[in-house]
Amino acid sequence: MTEKQKKMLARIFITAVPFVILFVCEHMGMLASIEGTWIAFVIFLALYLVIGYDIVYKAFRNIKNGQVFDENFLMMIATFGAFVVGEYLEAVAVMLFYQIGELFQGYAVGKSRQSISEMMDICPEYANIEKDGALEQVDPDEVEVGTVIVIKPGERIPLDGVVLEGESLIDTAALTGESVPRRSAVGDTVISGCVNGSGTLKVRTTKEFDDSTVAKILELVENASSKKAKVENFITRFAKYYTPVVTIGAVLLAILTPLLTGISWSEGIQRACIFLVISCPCALVISVPLGFFGGIGAASRIGVLVKGSNFLEAASQIDTIVFDKTGTLTKGEFKVTEIRPATGAEGREELLELAALGEGYSTHPIANSIREAYGRTPDMSRVADAVEEAGHGVKVQVDGRGVLIGNEKLMRAHAVSCEVCEGAGTVVYVARDGVFAGALVISDTVKDGAKEAIAAMKRVGVRKTVMLTGDRCSAAEHVAAELGIDEVHAELLPADKVAKVEELLAAESEKGRLAFVGDGINDAPVLTRADVGMAMGSMGSDAAIEAADIVLMDDDVRKIAAVVRLARKTLSIVKQNIVFALGVKALVLVLGAFGVATMWEAVFADVGVSVIAILNSMRTLGGSMRTLEDTMR
Amino acid sequence: MKKKFKLEDLDCANCAAKMEEAIKKIPGVHDANVSFMQQKMTVDAEDERFDEIMKEVAAVCAKVEPDCRILL
Repeated sequence: MTEKQKKMLARIFITAVPFVILFVCEHMGMLASIEGTWIAFVIFLALYLVIGYDIVYKAFRNIKNGQVFDENFLMMIATFGAFVVGEYLEAVAVMLFYQIGELFQGYAVGKSRQSISEMMDICPEYANIEKDGALEQVDPDEVEVGTVIVIKPGERIPLDGVVLEGESLIDTAALTGESVPRRSAVGDTVISGCVNGSGTLKVRTTKEFDDSTVAKILELVENASSKKAKVENFITRFAKYYTPVVTIGAVLLAILTPLLTGISWSEGIQRACIFLVISCPCALVISVPLGFFGGIGAASRIGVLVKGSNFLEAASQIDTIVFDKTGTLTKGEFKVTEIRPATGAEGREELLELAALGEGYSTHPIANSIREAYGRTPDMSRVADAVEEAGHGVKVQVDGRGVLIGNEKLMRAHAVSCEVCEGAGTVVYVARDGVFAGALVISDTVKDGAKEAIAAMKRVGVRKTVMLTGDRCSAAEHVAAELGIDEVHAELLPADKVAKVEELLAAESEKGRLAFVGDGINDAPVLTRADVGMAMGSMGSDAAIEAADIVLMDDDVRKIAAVVRLARKTLSIVKQNIVFALGVKALVLVLGAFGVATMWEAVFADVGVSVIAILNSMRTLGGSMRTLEDTMR
Repeated sequence: MKKKFKLEDLDCANCAAKMEEAIKKIPGVHDANVSFMQQKMTVDAEDERFDEIMKEVAAVCAKVEPDCRILL
């Protein structure tokens, strides 16, 4: 609690004690003797001034500044009105509860603001530079690229760089939400914003602070609140009209009802005062942005950056998710997945060895994967006369015998009859002495958890999943079937992907939103075209962070379902608040106009509703980890 | 030029919205954002007259919410 809030609490206490005593006395009829006299007036006026002097002061000051419809002014008029019609107790009560509500509101907002900023507190304060054998702390902003910095255990990594000396476990939780620390040794890159665990590291910086990951993320987070959701804009517009309209309503009520219905003037004023108390739209103006802020904060805790409330809003309506295949659903690493010796030929080991020897000189990713599968360094002295046949494969001498390694076309070109092999990936045929020896199937491997991720998306209500790829049909369909993807479009060029997404967007329903998930490399146009562009952050890939609306910091597609759920939860809380606040206000306004509701209900409709709405909004903050775990199950 | 400022004692969300609107109306200001949640203000204004404009911004804010201070 701040000094100001403590002072307010003291004032509330000083007023509340005598107020309760007077309240009890009045109800027991003990105040009858002084009721309506100047003694009662003085006692209540004194209490009123203790609790409300600052409101009255601010009201006059703001009028001088041209701010008429401000809540201080409205509270002043409402309570003065109560004094005029002789409802002294009510006047003090309204002011007292208003102040209690304001205090609580300020406290609650401060608290949630604090917990959100703590969650996003990834900003490093200093960097250690070694100078003449001693460490010196400097501002990360002043460290130039290529400087060697020292990071001690427990310190936050101030700048992106490469490890020169030392080995350590690095806690990346603040950036990725991943609780298992990452091991970093000499030659590994480290990302700013993470916390160094066990060992001291010497790091050569590769970026200036302004370009480092942590600065980029902080900028993103700070700008997030300026991109407002439609609901937020609606509330801002609504608030602008609400107060004047209710105030005019109050004036009309005070003048017209006594004239038309014959109730007394003081009764008319009292009803008008009820209107004034309810006329502040605070409950909405605070709780709606707070809800979104909390939702974005909760997402960042699981390592997902949402670039604005509008994207969180859109994410809540996602019903189609389009994926890029390579790097998103698959690892983008090629592996030998099948070894098929020809019927009657030698065993699997021999075939693999032959292929590894034959591809020994090649640097093609497919050749690399074959050598990797072989596991040993091929004895290149056995290999001679390697000739690359462009687009087909290689012709080579192994142990003095002619070997062909390549695609079907290569086999045909050399008149080798082979068993055509329909695999899930790229098929590499091997022939020796003009006789087919067997085939290897090489395919991209599916990411861990991708299957669960798709299933989880279905569970949270995503209707359709689509995969786009430049790969061959058979390979794409195989991956899609394995993951449970509904629709596949294969053999697409980058430009075709945009066209496909356009097509899918056109097919979207009015309320549905389409998300595109890519690895951020050369799919920027698609990311921007989709309603929600999600990119793999790859711990600092600038392109991805730049182009996307939502960034998955640790490339884990499983988090998509969790984000959709968080977004839905946030939106439903925001909507609950709007309906609840407007509903209660409307109800009390109507009851007040007909003289059924009293000041007490009005105070509840103002500050009570505010406090409840704020508490409800704070729920968006909590439970992000639980949501993640739930969606994984 | 875009600059960020911290705000102190910004107690009411409605005032933040009013401040934002008033700042946007100052000539020379391209864009402004007052965040009640972060207690921060971002002003994007003409480079040459930035300091001058900031004085106006401070005056406008003082009018809307005299309790709130801009930490320059």
